[in-house]
Parts: sequence; C-alpha cells; structure tokens
Amino acid sequence: MAFLELKEVRKSFAQNVVVQNFDLAVERGEFVSFLGPSGCGKTTTLRMVAGFELPSSGSIKIEGKDITHLRPNQRNVGMVFQSYALFPNMTVAENVAFGLKVAKWQASEVGPRVEEMLNIIKLPHLATRYPYQLSGGQQQRVALARALAVKPQVLLLDEPLSALDAKIRISLREEIRSLQRKLGITTIYVTHDQEEALSMSDRVVVMNEGRVDQVGVPFEIYNQPKTRFVANFVGTLSVLNGRAVDGSRVEIAGQTVAIGRGLGNAAAGAECAIALRPEVATLEGFGGQGATMNSADRAERNRLTGAIDDVAFLGSVIRIKVRIGNDLLSLDTFNNPGVTPPERGTPATVSFSPADVLVLEGK
Amino acid sequence: MTRREKVNTMKQSRLGSWIALVIGTLYFVVPLVGTFEFSLRMRRGEYSLDAYRSVFADSNFQDSFLYSCGMALATIFIGVLIVVPTAYWVQLRLRKLRPVIEFITLLPLVIPAIVIVFGYLRLYNSSSMIPLTAEVWSTDLLLALSYVTLALPYMYRAVDTGLRAIDVRTLTEAAENLGAGWTTILFKVILPNVRSAILSGAFLTFAIVIGEFTMASLLNRPAFGPYLQLVGANRAYEPSALAVMAFVLTWACMGLINVFGRAKQTKHAG
Ligand SMILES: Nc1ncnc2c1ncn2[C@@H]1O[C@H](COP(=O)(O)OP(=O)(O)OP(=O)(O)O)[C@@H](O)[C@H]1O
Ligand SMILES: [Mg+2]
Repeated sequence: MAFLELKEVRKSFAQNVVVQNFDLAVERGEFVSFLGPSGCGKTTTLRMVAGFELPSSGSIKIEGKDITHLRPNQRNVGMVFQSYALFPNMTVAENVAFGLKVAKWQASEVGPRVEEMLNIIKLPHLATRYPYQLSGGQQQRVALARALAVKPQVLLLDEPLSALDAKIRISLREEIRSLQRKLGITTIYVTHDQEEALSMSDRVVVMNEGRVDQVGVPFEIYNQPKTRFVANFVGTLSVLNGRAVDGSRVEIAGQTVAIGRGLGNAAAGAECAIALRPEVATLEGFGGQGATMNSADRAERNRLTGAIDDVAFLGSVIRIKVRIGNDLLSLDTFNNPGVTPPERGTPATVSFSPADVLVLEGK
Repeated sequence: MTRREKVNTMKQSRLGSWIALVIGTLYFVVPLVGTFEFSLRMRRGEYSLDAYRSVFADSNFQDSFLYSCGMALATIFIGVLIVVPTAYWVQLRLRKLRPVIEFITLLPLVIPAIVIVFGYLRLYNSSSMIPLTAEVWSTDLLLALSYVTLALPYMYRAVDTGLRAIDVRTLTEAAENLGAGWTTILFKVILPNVRSAILSGAFLTFAIVIGEFTMASLLNRPAFGPYLQLVGANRAYEPSALAVMAFVLTWACMGLINVFGRAKQTKHAG
C-alpha cells in the first residue's frame, strides 16, 4: 500500500472543474513533482492534500488513514509556500519553534530541536534575526526548517523557488533534494519549471487541464511521452505532419520515414504526425553524433532533405532549424571549433534513427 | 524661456508656497497663541498659571477626566475585540462583503450622534425590554458601546489598513499548517502584526472619547465633554486653559500614532 494515496480526487469551484480523476500513489520517502502549465490545478491539488481545500469528491489517505475531511491543523503535513509566509513578528528561531510550541513540546526539547533544524539549513548564526533581515533564499530555508521541525509525514512545496533568482534557485534546488534524501521524507513538489521537475524528482506527474496526463520517472516522461501534450510541454519537440504509408512507415513531404514504434492500425493515407527531440537528429556532413556512428547504424537511419532555415549559436550547442515541407525540424549539434556552422538557405540532409521517432496520439 | 527666467519662475512658485504656508500657519497658530495668552491672564497685570491651578484644583475636573479616561480604555478594549476579528474574517473569507462592511462602519460619520443617542434612549430606556439606562453600571456600558460605535470608522479603517499590509491568508494557512487553532492564530500571529495599527486606532478613539459631549450629556453621565461645556459657559479663564490642555493632549495622541507608525516602518525598511 502506498504511503500517500489520492483516489478519484475531483475539485470544482462552482461550475468550474479544476481537478478531476486525479489518482496518485506516492511511496514512503519518494520525491514526486507536479508539473504543468499555469492554471492546470497543481496548487489546488496540493492544497487539498494540506487540507486548505475540500475535494468535491474522492479521497486522500496517508498510511491508509483517510484524511480527506480533517482540518489542516489536524493533519501532519508540512507546507512551504511560494511567498515564504514567515511570521514577521517572530525571529527565525521563534518561527521554527512555533509549530513545536503549538504541538506542546516540552520547553527543554524545543531549544535543541530549533538548533538542530537551523544547523540542517546551515543558518544557525541567524537565529535571532527577523524575517525582513533575511534574503529570499534564507527566508525560504527558514520556512523549510519551520515545516520540517514538527516532523511531518508529508512535505508539500508549492513553487518554493520561483521568487528567487536563477543562481540561488539551482543551489537551493540541490539543497532541498539532498535534505529530502537525508530525512527520507515523502515530498510533493509543485513547479511549472520542467528542468526543476526532471532534475529533482523520483517521479514526475505531468498535469494538463486538471487531469494527470502521465506519471513516470523523468527518463520516461522525456523519452516516452504518452500524449502530445506531454511531448510538447516537456522539452523541445519538432512535429512533422504527414500521411501513413503502412504500419511502420510515414510519408513526410514526399519522403518516406521508417518508424521504430509502429503506428498501430492507422489506415494507409491517414493523416498522422511524428516528432523528434533536437538531440536525436544530425545534419549530414556536419560533425555531430553522425560522424562517430558505424556504417550499419548509418544505413538504417532515416534521411530527410530540406533547407537550413535558421542557425542559433548557443555556445557549446548549436541549434539548427531545417525546413522540411511545411514544417521546421530543430536539431542540436555540439559546437566544433574546426567546423563553421552552415549558412541559411543551403540545402541540408537530416538523419535520425527510426527508434527515436515519436508517434503522437491526439491533436 | 531662458535659464534666468526659469529660475525666476521657480523662485516665484517657491515664494507662493511659502506665502501659503505662512498664512496657513498663522491661521492655525494665532488663535492658539491668543487662547494660551488669555489663559495666563487670570491674575491682574501679570502672567500666571492660576487658571491651570484652578482647573486642576477642581475635583469635578479630576473626576470627569478620570471617568472619561476609563471610558476610553473600555471603548478601546471592546472596540478591538469587535473590530479585529471582524476585519480579519472579512479579509480572510468574506472579501466580497468588504464594501458592505466598510459602508456600515462609515455610518456613524453620517448619522449625527444625537440621532444615535435618541435611538438608544427609545430602545434601552428604563421601561423597555432591555432597560440599560435603569442602572448606573448599565448606562456606563451603553455609553461605552455608543463610543465604540462613534469610533468604529477610525478603528476599522486603522485595523483594516494594518491587515492589508500583511498577507493575512497565507500567514493564517502557514500557522494552521503548523497545527495552530483559531485563538493561537489570532493572538500569536495576527494581533502582533497589526499592533501598531491597533494602537493608532486606539489613540484616535481616546481623543474622540475624551472630547465627546452629546452621548454623555444625554445619558447624563459625568464625562469630560459635558464638564468642558459647563466650565465654558460659567468661567472666563479656565475654558482657555482647558482648551490648551485638550489641544496638547490631542497632539500628544497624534504624536504617539506617528511614533508607533514610524517605528513599524523603520523595522520593515531596515
Ligand atoms: N478559490 C478559487 N475559486 C475559484 N477558482 C479557483 C480557486 N482557486 C483556483 N481556482 C482556479 O482553478 C484553476 C487551477 O488553479 P491552480 O492555482 O491550482 O493552478 P496552478 O496549476 O497552481 O497554476 P500556477 O502555475 O499558475 O500556480 C485556475 O483556473 C484557477 O482560476
Ligand atoms: Mg500554483
């Protein structure tokens, strides 16, 4: 049995359905991210777990105990807010001690616990400061310590890093993850930043319009997206429209492409679309991965010809867009000081392995 | 326009504002100085503090002043207990009701005190269902409650502004998430964060209660306002002394509001 279980959870505000058919089982100690565009219901779902919103139907269980109707202050669930939400009238130490005092910890145990938490977040020297005397990153670390001090069963974080600047965001991301591993606390992390979700999580829940589109480990989410939405939302993707030739081939702009994972029972001539990640395609005759491939692999690869539409030099990586028929195909190659990037408008041939072709369901 | 002309017009406009300031100050200060000067002339031919001495020696002054101070404290206490939870709840859960509540809190400014007090006398007279005016203590209670009504616009506004300055909803949720119940949230999280707002509301309330005449007079209670009126009608120099004292007291209240407001600002800026 999973540690935290959401079953058939649904939430509507008046006529407006915000979350529906939400099923999720989180194991003890797991780090799960909710990833999705703005307004897809991530915060609402998290707030239902915290008890700030009551599900319209469905149930939420922790360790088999139904907590759906418990008041927020009766649940043992810690929350970290995007806006830190530290109590402005209390010092850092008092903030961390707040939950302990409410839970009626012995006075002799509160002090050591606060000290322990401040050591964990590496801010013991700031114990007597007030929140307004701290930087954003420090405030969020204190908020984390405050939430963890009372030893919650589940930790919830709602875009905790989105108010911070890029550098601190990345270092704090790593800090949160290593702290979570050390304490082994079951965690749900809400974000709309795919890099954050992919790099931190054991599993990612991709949400779209109140529904779970896909749940999986980051590798799966990226490499085997189940829906067109997931494929588009996570990472960059070039979509090429064409027609099915048979179960394993597609015609794109008059050229035939073999696909590793079949089309199923698509009728010949039916409209369909394939998609490619920028890192799987190579530009023939222009260094990159193709150069190191053996000839057997090379023979099997698909080839599409078109014209260079755009070249963006990003430093270590060069992103090239090739026009094929009406669609654009993006591909990334590593920078090579010995090879000049191609010019706009020159003809180009792109190759890619049939196994790397994604077939998209739905529109 | 040449540079010199520009400088000239600037000088002119600066001169204009100085003139306005001087006229305003004179308009405000001259009567005050006059009153003060007059209050010192009780003894013939020389300045003295006799008028003040006479005021302080009057036992009615002491009694009525202390009575009104007590009333002011009671008013502040009841007012805070009513206004803070209301404003908090409106901010947290009933945002749509805010215009309605604001309108209600403004009513005492629109309805004259005399109308309110006649309403009270009809409702609570000694032969009514709730005979509040039958006993001294219940009349005092009625008076305190009517002061709460009078001070409501100021108290509510001050507290509401204080609450808007903090993120009430998130702070409440954070406290709730850490296991706190309503009383803990209200007394440990919300009240301390609007303390300076409550204080400024309290000083305004104090100033209003100390000078209030209509309610106390019609409910026939020995408050400071009616005493002022009595002295003003029957004495020559003492009213001026009292006016100066009332002025100093009011400005002391204003000063304290400023001090507390400023203290909070620097705390946040620092
Ligand atoms: N209290 C509420 N009353 C009515 N509608 C609400 C309420 N809270 C949220 N919604 C609606 O629910 C939808 C989902 O909101 P939610 O805050 O869960 O999105 P989100 O995925 O967290 O988005 P973001 O990334 O912008 O934070 C939105 O369309 C929002 O307008
Ligand atoms: Mg959100």
